Amino acid sequence: MSRALPQSETAPRDLAPASAGPKAASGRGGLAASTGGDLLFTAIFALAILSMPIWLAPIGAGYPDILQKFAIYGIFAIGFNILFGFSGYLSFGHAAFLGAGSYAAVWMFKLLSMNAIPAVLFAILIAAAFSLVIGFVSLRRSGIYFSILTLAFAQMSYNLAYSVLTPITNGETGLQISRADPRIVDRAFGTAGDALPAPNFFGMELQGWPGFYFCAVILILAFFLAVRIKHSTFGMMLLAIKSNQNRMAFTGFSTRPYLLAAFVVSGMYAGLAGGLLAITDPLAGADRMQWTASGEVVLMTILGGVGTLLGPVIGAAVMKYLEQIFSSFNEHVLARAFDFLPHSLQDFMVAITSPFVGEGWQLTLGLMFMIVVIFLPGGIMEGVHRIGAIARRPKLAGEKQMPDRPHPARTGAK
Amino acid sequence: MDAIILQVLNGLDKGGAYALIALGLTLIFGTLGVVNFAHGALFMLGAFCAVTFERILTLSERVRDPSVTFFEAYKEVPYLTIWYGDTGQAIVDWAVPLSILLAIPVMLIAGFVMERGLIRFFYKRSHAEQILVTFGLAIVLQEIVKYFFGANPIPLTAPPALTGSVDLGQWFGLTGISYPLWRIIYFLFSLVVIAGVFAFLQLTTFGMVVRAGMADRETVGLLGIHISRKFTIVFAIAATVAGLAGVMYTPILAPNYHLGMEFLVLSFVVVVVGGMGSLPGAVFAGFLLGILQSFASMTEVKAIVPGIDQIIIYLVAVVVLLVRPRGLMGRRGVMEA
Repeated sequence: MSRALPQSETAPRDLAPASAGPKAASGRGGLAASTGGDLLFTAIFALAILSMPIWLAPIGAGYPDILQKFAIYGIFAIGFNILFGFSGYLSFGHAAFLGAGSYAAVWMFKLLSMNAIPAVLFAILIAAAFSLVIGFVSLRRSGIYFSILTLAFAQMSYNLAYSVLTPITNGETGLQISRADPRIVDRAFGTAGDALPAPNFFGMELQGWPGFYFCAVILILAFFLAVRIKHSTFGMMLLAIKSNQNRMAFTGFSTRPYLLAAFVVSGMYAGLAGGLLAITDPLAGADRMQWTASGEVVLMTILGGVGTLLGPVIGAAVMKYLEQIFSSFNEHVLARAFDFLPHSLQDFMVAITSPFVGEGWQLTLGLMFMIVVIFLPGGIMEGVHRIGAIARRPKLAGEKQMPDRPHPARTGAK
Repeated sequence: MDAIILQVLNGLDKGGAYALIALGLTLIFGTLGVVNFAHGALFMLGAFCAVTFERILTLSERVRDPSVTFFEAYKEVPYLTIWYGDTGQAIVDWAVPLSILLAIPVMLIAGFVMERGLIRFFYKRSHAEQILVTFGLAIVLQEIVKYFFGANPIPLTAPPALTGSVDLGQWFGLTGISYPLWRIIYFLFSLVVIAGVFAFLQLTTFGMVVRAGMADRETVGLLGIHISRKFTIVFAIAATVAGLAGVMYTPILAPNYHLGMEFLVLSFVVVVVGGMGSLPGAVFAGFLLGILQSFASMTEVKAIVPGIDQIIIYLVAVVVLLVRPRGLMGRRGVMEA
C-alpha cells in the first residue's frame, strides 16, 4: 500500500500554491496551514469551477448536463480520495454509499418535499450511518482484505437492493417519484402541482444552469472541507497511517478511530454525490451500487492523482468528458472526423477506431485504466509535475526534481 | 434427507467452478504474489473458446431439405456431417468436451502472454496497483469478447449422450433423486483437474521447485534455479485451469461477456475464506461455499431469512474474515498486513 503514492509522500503539501509561501517562511513543515492560504486556494478553485461554462465551451463541454456530472462525480472522487488517497485504504465498495444516498434522496422527494435541501441532508445522513456500520466491520482488516470486505459489503447491498429490499428500492425498475406521492411539506404549503414535479431549491427548479450552479457550489464547499481536512491534524494522522501504520501504533495512537472517521467522511461525500445524482434525475437504481461503479471512482481518483487535492476533481471531469465524447461517437461522426484523409485511408481509420467508441466506450475505459496504472500511477497531477520539472530544469539545473507548486492554469486546461 | 442430498449435489457443480478459479488465483498469488483481478476474464475466455470451437465445427452449407416436399425448403448442414456422415455428426455433438483441445493451447498462450507482457512488471508494485491494472485488463478482455460475440448469452448444449438426468437414488439406496448428468460430470471433471494440479505440484520435480519457490523464492534463486521462468509456466497453468472450468461450464450456464466478472468476485471471496495462499483451502472453500449457496436458495431457508441466497457467500466471508482473519486454512505470515 505504501508504494501507491510516491509523490504525495515526498510532497504532502504539494497542492496549495497560495499557502506554500507562508508555510515555507514559518518553517512549520506543513503541519498546519494557514486558513487564509486554504481560502485563497479554494477561491481560485471556485473561480475555475464557476467559470467552467466559459472555458470548457471550446471543447464542447459548455452545457449544464455534463458540467453537473463533472461536479457530482468530482464530489464523489474527492470523498473517495479522503479515504484512499490520504490513508491508503483501497475501498472497492464505495458505490454502495452512492446508491444509498440516491435512494435516501428520492425517498425524501417522495415523502417530504421536492426541495433539494432535505434530500441532500438525508442522503448524507443515511450514507453516514451506512458507512459507519460497514467501516466499523471492514476496518478490522487492512490491505487486500479490506478491499475484499468492502467489495463483499457492496455486493451484498447490491443484491439485497435487487431482492429483499424491493419495498424500499423498487427492485429492477428503480425508485422514482410519482404524482401520488405524499410529499407532506409540499402539500401543506399547497405547492404540489398536478404535473410530475421536478426537484427545486426553494422554488428554483434545478434543471439546466441552476442545477449546475447548485452542484458547483456544493462541490466548492466539499473541496474546501477536503483542503481543510488534509491540512488538519486529522489529515496528517491519516497520512501517517498511510506511510507506516505500525509506527503510528507504536507511538501510542490508536489508528482505528482516525480510519473510521475518514471512512465515514468519505462515505458521506459519496452519499452527497448520490443525493445530487437523484436531484439531477429523480430516479435511483441498484446499478449505481454495482462494483463496476466502485471501480469507476477508483479510476477517476487514480487518473487525476491519488492523494492530491485537485486530482480527483480533474480525474472525474476528464473521465466523464471522455465517456460523453466516446459514447456519443458513431461511424458517421468518425467518417466526418477523418474526412480530410483520402477515401481508402478514411475507411480504414473508421474501421479501426469504431470498436473504441459508442458501445465500445468501455473498451477505451479499460485501456485507459491500464495505461494510467502502468505508466502514470500518480495520475494527471504527476504528469503535470513531471512536465513542470522538465520546464524548470534549465533554471534550477536539476537541483530540485519535484516542484512544490503546480500551475493552476495548466491543471485547469486538462 | 432427499432434499439435503439434492442441495449438496446442486452445490457441487457450482462449487467445482469456484474451486477451479480459486485454485488458479491462489496459485498465482502464492507463486507470483500478484492479485489477479483478470482471472474471471480467463474463465470467460475459456467459455468462449468452446463457443468458437463449436462455431468452427458447425460451419454449414445450405442444402435443400428433402423431407419437406410441398415447397422449397433449405436447411443448414454442417460440413462435417456432409463429409463424414454420422461420425461428423457425432463430432459436432461432442463439441463442448472436444473444445478442451482448443482451449488448452489457447489458454496456455493467453496466460503466457499475460504474464510476460503485463503481470511481470507488477511484481514489485503495490497490491492496489495490481488489482487496478488487472481490473482494467479484465474490462478490456470482456469488451473484446463482446465486440466479436455480441452481448447476448450464447447457449451451448452438452453431448446428447450426456444430457438428461440420471436417477441417483439407485446409487444411494434412496428413491426419487434424479439429477442432470452433465452437472455430475462437471463435478467429476473439476475433481480430476484439481487432482491433476495437486499431482503436478506434489509429484514432479517441476512442482517441487515451484513449491519451494512459493515457500522461499530467494533461496531457490540462490540455488541457481531460474524461478521466474517457472512461475511464468505456473501462471499459464492457472490460466488454463480457469479456462477449462469455463469450457465445461458452458452447457450449465450460457456464457456472455460479463460471465467472468460475476465469477471473479465470488472466487475472490472463496480465496479469502479458504485462506490466501492455501491451495487446499481454496478447493475446500470453493465447494463449501457452493454447497452453502445452494442450501440458502432452498425455499424453506428463504422463508426464514428472506434474501439469504443472495448474500450468503458475502456474509460467510465477512464472518470468516472477522473471526479467523487468515481464512479457514491460511498459514501464518501470508498476507497478514
